[in-house]
Amino acid sequence: VSEAAQKTTPLYQEHVRRGAKIIPFGGWLMPVQYTSIVEEHQAVRNNVGIFDISHMGQFIIEGASAGAWLNTMLTNNIDKLDVGTGQYTFLLNQTGGIIDDLIVYRIGDQQFLLVVNAARVEEDFAWLDRDLRLCKQGRSPDRPSGLETAAPCNVDLKNRSANFGGVAIQGPKVVDLFHTLLGNDVDLPARNHIVDLEPGGMRLAMARTGYTGEDGVEVFFRAEDAAKLWNLVLEKGNQFGIKPCGLGARDTLRLEMCYPLNGSDLSPEHNPIEAGLGFFVDLNKPNFTGRDVLQRAKENGPAQKLVPFRMEGKGPPPRPHYSVFRNGERIGEVTSGTLSPSLNYGIGMAYLSAPHTKIGTKIEIEIRGQKFPATIEKKPLYKKS
Amino acid sequence: MNVPDDLLYTESHEWLKREGENVRVGVTDHAQAELTDVVYVELPKMDREANAREAIAVVESVKAASDIYAPVKGKVVDVNKALESNPALINSDPFGQGWIFVLKIGNADDLKQLKDAAAYRKQIG
Repeated sequence: VSEAAQKTTPLYQEHVRRGAKIIPFGGWLMPVQYTSIVEEHQAVRNNVGIFDISHMGQFIIEGASAGAWLNTMLTNNIDKLDVGTGQYTFLLNQTGGIIDDLIVYRIGDQQFLLVVNAARVEEDFAWLDRDLRLCKQGRSPDRPSGLETAAPCNVDLKNRSANFGGVAIQGPKVVDLFHTLLGNDVDLPARNHIVDLEPGGMRLAMARTGYTGEDGVEVFFRAEDAAKLWNLVLEKGNQFGIKPCGLGARDTLRLEMCYPLNGSDLSPEHNPIEAGLGFFVDLNKPNFTGRDVLQRAKENGPAQKLVPFRMEGKGPPPRPHYSVFRNGERIGEVTSGTLSPSLNYGIGMAYLSAPHTKIGTKIEIEIRGQKFPATIEKKPLYKKS
Repeated sequence: MNVPDDLLYTESHEWLKREGENVRVGVTDHAQAELTDVVYVELPKMDREANAREAIAVVESVKAASDIYAPVKGKVVDVNKALESNPALINSDPFGQGWIFVLKIGNADDLKQLKDAAAYRKQIG
């Protein structure tokens, strides 16, 4: 893909102005770092950092049967959501493979906001839109089995990705920063809650969510307010040691927590049970796309499992696609890897054949023809001391 | 970006310092800035022979692994063991303590293929 074909976020000029190193990511030109991945990582672990997440997609789904229909499309249970709360969930294909992982917020009784991965916006929308069209045409035989009578489709689906910008503000000092920005009498939303705020004429939807393992918020706003908010947060955050952060630190922070990255750890070749994320699948729901496959995977146990590991001793950091061995036998492949800035050793995640996935198992990672020792660990790899 | 006048340079961002029959090799200030935080260096084996433009070392940042090439044909006669415990020397002192290996070269004429500081400055713009 040439740079000319890449999209830019409403904050692109701010990144360039502040000297960020820009890379293509999921069809977007995004900052990978401003000064140093390690410094930005530490700013989030110790103080606070701000990330541009405007590349992520936003869908609005509303209508009399919006909740019932979404419950057939997504793995987690929409009925557990009160207005103003959100949940992590999966969009699956008919074989249970992961199309996308996303957060769904109930923002009205029958109105929902879906925040989806940048590289999956078109695919997710097409998948949802196709099912909705089939449903409206009454062509139930084309829909996944079990859905014939499952959900009426008085539903309106809109892709609002182009209208919204977004930032994630993450780190232990986020509460202090929030009160400096909005006043001491304004409360932050509770974990996984979303609220509307209107400071200084801006309209913000603020959720207490994140992808770093630290306390934090993700904020969505009209694209035209993006630069104003970005610069305001950086100015007010200065006293708290805030740093603008790029995708590099976002990746090392999430990997220390073992949060999966779509396209690396999650893909249509793997289901949520294999990814160790069955907690976000409600098999008590009678119908949702991929349910039968997941039920079987849960009953029989998955053939492969996604597990975190750490490198032992001094060695090169693990990288995606490196082979994993145990007693000379190839048992799987690394999907994510890096040197952990918090722990100062190599960490990663790998899909391994299930009999070899017990915590504490000694494995070997093949790097440039040489095998290096590693150990399967518990999630998360990094725990705040 | 710092580009010392007394060194030679390659298209692939290595620098060379002539030391009699040997050349000391590292990566340039421009390269270390592009690589970002260096977290691991795989040094070449002592006494190995290498052809010009053959990958003989690896420098890894948080994000990615990058090959380092022998700028000319030669034999590895010294490696910078300090990088094994402190790989960030490549970031903090790329032309000094961040050197990577020393090659004994067979033919000094090979050095004529390399860039001088002015040509390298032009390459990195």
